[in-house]
Amino acid sequence: MTHSLTLTVNGEEKTVALDDPRVTLLDLLRERLGLTGAKKGCDRGQCGACTVLVDGRRVNACLTLALTVDGSDVLTIEGVARNGSLHPVQAAFIAHDGFQCGFCTPGQIMSAIGLMAEAGPLDDPERIREGLSGNLCRCGAYAGITEAVRDASKILSGKGGAA
Amino acid sequence: MKRFAYVRPSTLDEALAAGARPGAAYLAGGTNLLDLMKTGARRPDVVVDITRLPDLSAVTVLEDGDVRVGALVRNATLAADPAFARAYPAIAEALLSGASGQLRNMATLGGNLLQETRCAYFADPASACNRRRPGTGCDARGGENRLHAVLGWSEACIATHPSDLCVPLAAHDAVVEIVGPAGAREVPFGEFHRLPGDEPQVTTALEPGEIVAAVRLPGHGKAFAPHARYLKVRERTSYAFAVVSAAAMLRLDRGRIAEARIALGGVAARPWRAAAAEAALVGEVADDAAFHRAGELALAEARPSGENAFKIELGRRAVARVLRLAAAGTPDFAPALPASPFASTTGVALHG
Amino acid sequence: MAETLPIRETAQGSAHARHGSNIGQPVTRRDGELKVTGAARYAADHRPPGLAYAAMAVSTVARGRVAGLDVAAAKAHPGVIEVMTPANRPALAQDPDAKHHPFMFRMDLLQNDRVRYANQPIAVVIAETLEAATEGAALLAPRYEAEAPAATLADGEVFVPRAVGVGSPADLAVGDVEAGIAGAVHRVMATYDTPAQYHNAMEPHAIVAEWTGDGLSIDTPSQGLAMARGRIAGLFGLKPEAVAIRSPFLGGGFGSKGMLSGPQVLGILAARLVGRPVKLVLSRAQMYGPVGHRAPTRQTLRLGADGEGRLTAVHHHTRTASSRFDDFFEAASDVSHTVYASPAIRTSYDAVRLDTGTPLFMRAPGEAPGSIALESAIDEMAAACGMDPLAYRLLNYAETEPMSGKPFSSKALRACYEEGARRFGWEGRPLAPRTMRDEQGLLVGWGVGTATFPALMFEAQARAVIRRDGRGIVETGAHDMGQGAWTAFAQIAADSLGLDIDAVDFRAGHSDLPDAGIAGGSAHTATAGMAIHHAGAAVIARLAELAMGDERSPLFGAGNAGVVARGGRLLRRDDETRGETFSAILDRAGLAEVEGKGSSSDGGPAAGDYAKHAHGAVFAEVKVDPDLGQVRATRLVGAFAAGRIVNPHLVRSQYLGGMIWGVSFALHEKAVVDPRTGRVLNADLGEYHVPVNADVPSLEAILVAEEDPHVNALGIKGVGEIGVTGSAGAVANAVWHATGVRVRQFPIPIEALIV
Repeated sequence: MTHSLTLTVNGEEKTVALDDPRVTLLDLLRERLGLTGAKKGCDRGQCGACTVLVDGRRVNACLTLALTVDGSDVLTIEGVARNGSLHPVQAAFIAHDGFQCGFCTPGQIMSAIGLMAEAGPLDDPERIREGLSGNLCRCGAYAGITEAVRDASKILSGKGGAA
Repeated sequence: MKRFAYVRPSTLDEALAAGARPGAAYLAGGTNLLDLMKTGARRPDVVVDITRLPDLSAVTVLEDGDVRVGALVRNATLAADPAFARAYPAIAEALLSGASGQLRNMATLGGNLLQETRCAYFADPASACNRRRPGTGCDARGGENRLHAVLGWSEACIATHPSDLCVPLAAHDAVVEIVGPAGAREVPFGEFHRLPGDEPQVTTALEPGEIVAAVRLPGHGKAFAPHARYLKVRERTSYAFAVVSAAAMLRLDRGRIAEARIALGGVAARPWRAAAAEAALVGEVADDAAFHRAGELALAEARPSGENAFKIELGRRAVARVLRLAAAGTPDFAPALPASPFASTTGVALHG
Repeated sequence: MAETLPIRETAQGSAHARHGSNIGQPVTRRDGELKVTGAARYAADHRPPGLAYAAMAVSTVARGRVAGLDVAAAKAHPGVIEVMTPANRPALAQDPDAKHHPFMFRMDLLQNDRVRYANQPIAVVIAETLEAATEGAALLAPRYEAEAPAATLADGEVFVPRAVGVGSPADLAVGDVEAGIAGAVHRVMATYDTPAQYHNAMEPHAIVAEWTGDGLSIDTPSQGLAMARGRIAGLFGLKPEAVAIRSPFLGGGFGSKGMLSGPQVLGILAARLVGRPVKLVLSRAQMYGPVGHRAPTRQTLRLGADGEGRLTAVHHHTRTASSRFDDFFEAASDVSHTVYASPAIRTSYDAVRLDTGTPLFMRAPGEAPGSIALESAIDEMAAACGMDPLAYRLLNYAETEPMSGKPFSSKALRACYEEGARRFGWEGRPLAPRTMRDEQGLLVGWGVGTATFPALMFEAQARAVIRRDGRGIVETGAHDMGQGAWTAFAQIAADSLGLDIDAVDFRAGHSDLPDAGIAGGSAHTATAGMAIHHAGAAVIARLAELAMGDERSPLFGAGNAGVVARGGRLLRRDDETRGETFSAILDRAGLAEVEGKGSSSDGGPAAGDYAKHAHGAVFAEVKVDPDLGQVRATRLVGAFAAGRIVNPHLVRSQYLGGMIWGVSFALHEKAVVDPRTGRVLNADLGEYHVPVNADVPSLEAILVAEEDPHVNALGIKGVGEIGVTGSAGAVANAVWHATGVRVRQFPIPIEALIV
């Protein structure tokens, strides 16, 4: 049985005919929609590399069946930069060297953007660390990540709110 | 993952009809079911997506003061509800100590009650597990079992229930509202999860096809709000299941304990209510001596199921500690590291 | 096609002030924008037309044979194209069990029905979709004839390996260790256990392989492109030139992508079998077997010291394990060759064979487990002598390398101790353990560890070109696994050509480019960097030759005075007002470009005369709940000296990452093996604990200045692995200082601290 699935991805409405209900949101993005920014590190919700926002909330795309987000708004790393200019979190990750190999980075950034939406301005580094502990980084770039998110939060709250 | 039929009912009746099909499984947050479908431990033929069902996503204060939390309320949503967190702070703290920000956004209250043990042998279809496949044996016995049960286990199964949320729910005498083909019914929280006995595959009071609709918290529980904490001992500072956890709630009257509630997590196949310890605390001065006695009583019947005797002493200490934290008072804000022994660490330097 | 980073100039990119030299500048990553936008393409991100998906079925027993596979069930699943088993696997030109040199590791390529470790590939299912391939593999439902496996260091027959690590002797001594211990005033004898660990790069091994006529086109992560190409060419009977591998980005390697692994070859075989491009990506669980790991060790340290605390003898013995079918022995004892002065030192090894995948290099191989044991034992000796652990280390400071007697090429370790201790606030540390508490009553402990890692050089080649438009092109098949190759090599390349970094196109990450050696042993920047340096110099020399021989050039006859390249110009060294642009020289010569080649190898004429190592000192604070035993590494300060620093921004990240690995070694990560079955029970990222952000709240790395005239012309030592060493021991020692409990089992289990 083919299911029809409509969702908005990075602001663009897409209708997908899905012949297999087993397809996760992550595999839909990566293998069928060509959006490979979200990464598969564990496929079990244990690493956070697949983090995307669904209706503004950060989730593990690997543990989300694509059919369950029918009608939702999905934001991936590819949709974060606007008009060619980086989101403040992205820019801060570069400035603070908040990554090395870069594989966990899309998930880290989406998680950070989601965290800001959940928690508001993030001044306490301890809350940033806890809030991003669902995103593993084997290279060990946590110091730069925490600094980047704190900096970006300052910039964003100065403008009157998170992304 | 085995092939399955996906159905997304929009009414409860449709859901129950779909749930009555052979090999059906209800899907809500998916954080546990989908994971087990990937390891092969669960192979449903029909996945019934109940996330669009109406009326299961609300937090409602009932006329009698009880609070009803719909089964589809997400963990993060409940923890972030300021009125709820003020009324039931230990529940909020337990919610925030669980899993990760992403998973808390996905996981639901009902799914949390129904989540499976994290025993490695359960998740692995190639291992013997009476809980997954009755009669195959238990590879955890004599295998890797340092984090397994010390209370209420049987020769057939030594698994633990991994939930944080369920620990303070047990302490609150919550009631589980269930709907099913035979209508609606209620089960006291303490009777919802089953100890393994000879039938470890029967993990809850839920009958086939039934759905958890809501959890009702007695309004009386709000009286504990000034003295309610959750403590979770972990092998990582965050994003790890409990080695042992404990919830404590106290009503104090001029330094003496008027009422106490204690439950433990990670020690048994269900959240473990420590009734004898609670009773012994009533009328006592709220001091460390009383808390240590409560810890002893809470684990009085504990015995190791393998290389895990340390969890008995750890459980005693966790109970004593969480009682002390509760007596000291619920903090105004959730700690940066909820339920952590390092929770109140303040002024930690930013990286240099 | 060479991989060239599509750099888009951004405000961040051009804002950095540069003062002459590119090397030494804290340039942000040139691949930064690609990585933060999701545009960086890793192997599994590729999806060529006609792609089929492959999934491996892996063994759930550790030893025995596959007695049956339900191929029909798998094939009956909709979308399944083919099932590859030993019965139909395409032929190979080379036996996967052949071993022509010690670092040609045996692979499991469905050559027979034997199972020699858990998670060994036993079949591959190829399907139209990922979902079908994955379920097809599950439907094979293998039956086994299982045999009892050897699973732990307590199992099996103990033997002495012929060599350990990279050809190091299994028994080596200087002085009389037994006499040194017999005559000692203080003695320490202690045994330390370290577990099997798995690299667990965030990116699982992956390959997209496509046969093109007689050739092969591959996307797969590699820390050693030329070696991988050679291995593939050998296995398939191809000319190396027929194999093209693209690996512009690795999602981490840590050693596990240094050698081509079996599953990557299975992806190529699957593509051949179905005649279509195939993507094969390992599941996280499948990373625990066929792609290497760090073997467990049990290390026994015997130390003697005189009345003042000076070491009289050090015996460092390691028991470790290799697989039953191949050789790799974790050289944990060898760290004792280098760190502390002693008139008598012996390092020795024995080993058992286990039914596991073959162990492999894993970040700081040898040094990581060796260092945590040695640093713990040294701490125990300091305590036995009643001395401060830092003072004790200074008392036993090695002025020359103890085992070899050679002078160090450079060693700023004293400055590391000093600067690290000052920044950490070590002064005033109470000698006795379990004496510090924080305001909430948590136990506080401080520990120190000495960091060290060899400064190695391998062989590499590079090619440099200057074009008539004044731009430079530098090529080497270098590997960026996160250390910053795209940036650091561009900096070296720019300096080698006397160009601004923005005027250089740096190409890397492709097997068609000159062999950049291997990104391992913390040697990549020095090795490929020196090849680039020489290639650049060769181009400049060619340009100078053109100019100085041309009487129309202002450089005509500069001859003995020589020229210098800077800012796209050649200048007379004795009079820098006289010079001209590269473009002018090429214009006049009527040349479109000039080319130079460079190579590097291990050291110059004096290389063997020196002991070459990077050094550091790591100071750690831990807090421990006095009742509950939970530990947090609350603060780490590491001070490291590693010669010339190409890019402090990136080097700091390497140190901090290594320090987190040290925290992980001491407190968190461990493969839990069922001794009955030899299976890893936590083959995931949920229960195999690597640190999360909240585990490492405060980290600081100090870059201690050091000049080394001997390691190579650029003075570069490696920085990628040293951070692990020292850190693990510092954390372990801090746990002792916090609790008074000396735990000799890693990671330190919570039950050891419930006292």
